[in-house]
Amino acid sequence: MTPAAPDAPAHDRRRRRTAAAWATIAALPTCPTFDVPHTTHTFPAAFRATWPVLFGYVPLGLAFGVLFAQLGHPWYWATLMAVAVYAGAAQFLAVGLLAAGAGIIEIGLTTLLLNARHLFYGLSLAPRFPRGGAARWYLTFGLTDETYALLAGLPPPAPELATRFYVQITALNQAYWVAGCTLGALLGAAVTVDVQGLDFVLTALFVVLAVEQWYAVRNPRPFLTAAGCGLLALLAVGSQHMLLAALGLATLLLLLDRRSYA
Amino acid sequence: MSPDAYLLAAIAVMTAATFATRALPFLLLRRGADHPVVLFLGRYLPAAVMTLLVLYAVKDVPLRTAPYGLTHAIAIVVTAAVHIWRRNALLSIAAGTGLFIWLQRSGLLAGL
Repeated sequence: MTPAAPDAPAHDRRRRRTAAAWATIAALPTCPTFDVPHTTHTFPAAFRATWPVLFGYVPLGLAFGVLFAQLGHPWYWATLMAVAVYAGAAQFLAVGLLAAGAGIIEIGLTTLLLNARHLFYGLSLAPRFPRGGAARWYLTFGLTDETYALLAGLPPPAPELATRFYVQITALNQAYWVAGCTLGALLGAAVTVDVQGLDFVLTALFVVLAVEQWYAVRNPRPFLTAAGCGLLALLAVGSQHMLLAALGLATLLLLLDRRSYA
Repeated sequence: MSPDAYLLAAIAVMTAATFATRALPFLLLRRGADHPVVLFLGRYLPAAVMTLLVLYAVKDVPLRTAPYGLTHAIAIVVTAAVHIWRRNALLSIAAGTGLFIWLQRSGLLAGL
């Protein structure tokens, strides 16, 4: 039952050749001058990259867990939500909706609207994601604001290690979130740790990544366009739907203004 | 519906809705990942998105009462300045956040 039978041997041969090439590269002695990407240890780099998210997601997850515990459900429901839904703003909103006994359709539609901003993230990452396989699905599933910012803003250690690097970043970020949510729900009202102000790490992370984008594009147009759209959206639709409206408007203006970027 | 079934249904529908918003562009672009428009967006959209995420992060800061958003403004400028100076993300984020927490807790700007 192999639909692509004629291709299979060629594909197999190619894979064996690639494996052999990797084995040769891996056997090379370590030489700092010729930094061949023979090491597949992208984990230290991924951990360093996600460090600010750790300090942002754990307190935020704690806050969610504490709020969720007030609904009176066992802690593992918060864990399930962090594992399956994995969307910060939507989870916070859901606590209120669940408390009010909102309808399932209302909960679904609200989540859809709140997360519609993610539509614009895939647009710019599509060329860099693997073509298929479990990695593509997991990367797509885990594309939160912060994960998007890291994936879009950081160059992988080597092009052929990109997928591994991206998956590690995504999984680490989700691990922080799951840990925070679980811990918060477990501790419930017992949490007295003063983490006020620590949520600024996420703001600082976005500032740093915006500066990095400046070095990447060296063109003020996308920044000014976005700033204008953001302020306009704040005035026009208010703070709740500002991001979605501004992202849509900025994408449209960028596309209309494409000729001036040549 | 029992409370557990309600919760499970809510989580299922939230999971589906969130995944749909994240997966739709990849499904739409399955064939056109190297189209010039997609490559153009891949190059310039992140810059616009980061700018918007910074704005989004501070959108609920009150500007009409002391300290008039100055705590955030100062911390953001210092984060960016430290980053331009050393280009070390950890240092910039630690410096900016440290300053922010200190400014907030010392109440230095609250009396403006």
